[in-house]
Amino acid sequence: MRPEHPPEFPLAVHDLTVAYHRKPVLWDVDLNIPEGSLTGIVGPNGAGKSTLLKACLDLIPTTSGEALIYGKPYEEQRDLIAYVPQRESVDWDFPVSARDVVAMGTYRKIGWFKRIGAKQKKQALEALEQVGIGHLADRQISQLSGGQQQRVFLARALVQDAQIYFMDEPFAAVDAATEQAIIELLKSLNARGKTVLCVHHDLATVSRYFDHLVLLNMRVVASGPTSETFTRENLQKTYGGKLNLLDDVAQALKNVGRP
Amino acid sequence: MDLEILRETLLLERHNTRLVVLGVTLLGGTAGLIGSFLLLRKQSLLGDALSHATLPGIGIAFAVMSAMGLSGKSLPGLLIGATITGLLGVLLVLAIRRTTRLKDDAAMGIVLSVFFGLGVAILNMVQKIPGQSSAGLESFIYGSTASMVWSDFYLIVGTLIVTTAVTILILKELTLLCFDSNFASTEGWPTLWLDVILMGLVTAVTVVGLQAVGLILIIAFLITPPTAARFWTNNLKHMLWLSTIIGAISGWLGASISALYSNLPAGAIIVISAAIIFLVSMIFGRARGVLPRYLRHLKLQKKVGRQHLLRSTYEILENTQSETPLKNVPISMALLRKHRYWSKGELPKLIRQARAEDHIERQPSGELRLSESGFGEASRITRNHRLWEMYLITHADIAPSHVDRDADMVEHLLGAEIVQQLEAELELAKSEIESPHAI
Repeated sequence: MRPEHPPEFPLAVHDLTVAYHRKPVLWDVDLNIPEGSLTGIVGPNGAGKSTLLKACLDLIPTTSGEALIYGKPYEEQRDLIAYVPQRESVDWDFPVSARDVVAMGTYRKIGWFKRIGAKQKKQALEALEQVGIGHLADRQISQLSGGQQQRVFLARALVQDAQIYFMDEPFAAVDAATEQAIIELLKSLNARGKTVLCVHHDLATVSRYFDHLVLLNMRVVASGPTSETFTRENLQKTYGGKLNLLDDVAQALKNVGRP
Repeated sequence: MDLEILRETLLLERHNTRLVVLGVTLLGGTAGLIGSFLLLRKQSLLGDALSHATLPGIGIAFAVMSAMGLSGKSLPGLLIGATITGLLGVLLVLAIRRTTRLKDDAAMGIVLSVFFGLGVAILNMVQKIPGQSSAGLESFIYGSTASMVWSDFYLIVGTLIVTTAVTILILKELTLLCFDSNFASTEGWPTLWLDVILMGLVTAVTVVGLQAVGLILIIAFLITPPTAARFWTNNLKHMLWLSTIIGAISGWLGASISALYSNLPAGAIIVISAAIIFLVSMIFGRARGVLPRYLRHLKLQKKVGRQHLLRSTYEILENTQSETPLKNVPISMALLRKHRYWSKGELPKLIRQARAEDHIERQPSGELRLSESGFGEASRITRNHRLWEMYLITHADIAPSHVDRDADMVEHLLGAEIVQQLEAELELAKSEIESPHAI
């Protein structure tokens, strides 16, 4: 038990460092995400926003540090978490329907070898209706628009019925109506006491969408309630001015062991 | 060629070919089923590396068995050898992928060619082992069904039944793995092991198929049926069934034909059969075939041309009359030609079409006149066009001088539902709308 990361936090990240081919992508990230918050993770391209989510979910190896879900490692807390990957991370030409994809959110509960039944199909349809595309349930996923595909992913997260939602750029390249629908959905999850973490890149909407904010650029620049964190000074630190020292160290590390 | 023999072979009535034809048919079905997942996992090339890497194992197994005083050509022994080096090849690809920054295709290319070369060298060397004839080992390269015997048949069919059963058992898990492996891992599914099982299934099919199809062509047996099936359907279950059936048919045809012409390698005939089915599917496939897509495109083009003609006629009527309601008077071809750019021969063709649809009538004077139904249709089309233009101007900030072209591209797809939405959005429900720009 780490005193600085008490177990009441849905997500606590301790000293997390991640490197790809010796090049650090995340550097000593230390965070506490409060329960019931709608948290935005914001930073420039290549700041390691998606990497942070993936490292917390054990999808990529970490160099050091750990992420705790309510004070326990992720493997023990899978049931509490729903993950919405970036839309481009899968092949939307795959021969399945919207309902099939959403039903994948129930696979963990069904367990090995068993097939989905009427109950799961109904759950999937309800989730699709909740995100406003119930009428497209039987459509093959390549025949959906980008916004509709994003809604399918959200519906899959809904059937997981989790406590914490990890979302990787759910607003990327979606139409205005979908963006509105998604934010309403996130707020309604939030109102039911769920914690939502959302990688986001549009600074214009940050203060309207999120009550808690993590400003990230390889390291945590600032983290806290949006009203205190979303300041000109912090943004300058996140986006403006090259972080020369970090860049130099990164380059030096990359060159270790090479002639 | 005796047709009676062909019929008997195809219908499994001939005793000496029945076994081979049945075995290869089952092999084709299983390959089609498992190949679907190999394809969806985007690992087709890994399957190719695997099959080529089996060759050294065959040579080594022959040498080892000969040295132990056993028959060097016992099929189970050879297949065990093939499995071992085949899996080694796959592991090597994975290791190269993980430890270096080489791309997948390079890693597979290297492993595939090195193992195959090694295999050829080893086969050459074992030919010099005294007391054992290694003749026939090279049939594993191109495939030959002539040497199959009863005991081989049991081994092959047993393996196929087990692999099919395993695939069906973990259908749901494999689907999840292929569609979204990251999501699968976050949900606690052992994606690494699922990948290992999938490769294991592919290995099993490859190895038992070596004798009949040959290691060079077995990959086509795994990949062609599912790619052909994909042209017909967007539904995974249907695709799996179809792929299984296509694989089985190719195997059945290939084995039968090569059994009749004993100097034709079975592998080649199987692959050619599968390729013909693939070609037919690519052209005619209902879901994604070339021809259905082209026909849909033609249909849309026809619709667009018709709408352009009717709208132009309507706009000319508007331009030449100052008072409403608009009177439906005949207009000349020259006016139509001046009103809008038509490519060569397009206008007469569109007019023929419109006359056939009873939208336009030709007057004895040679002038054109909208029919009653054509007039209604033209008025509706023009109105939709303008609705869409207004929407673009007010909601998408497109300059009125540019809006015509943009509207042109989209309006043909507007359904009744969208038109209603546009009306609500623009608060326009009247039947006549003026053009937002000079026509």
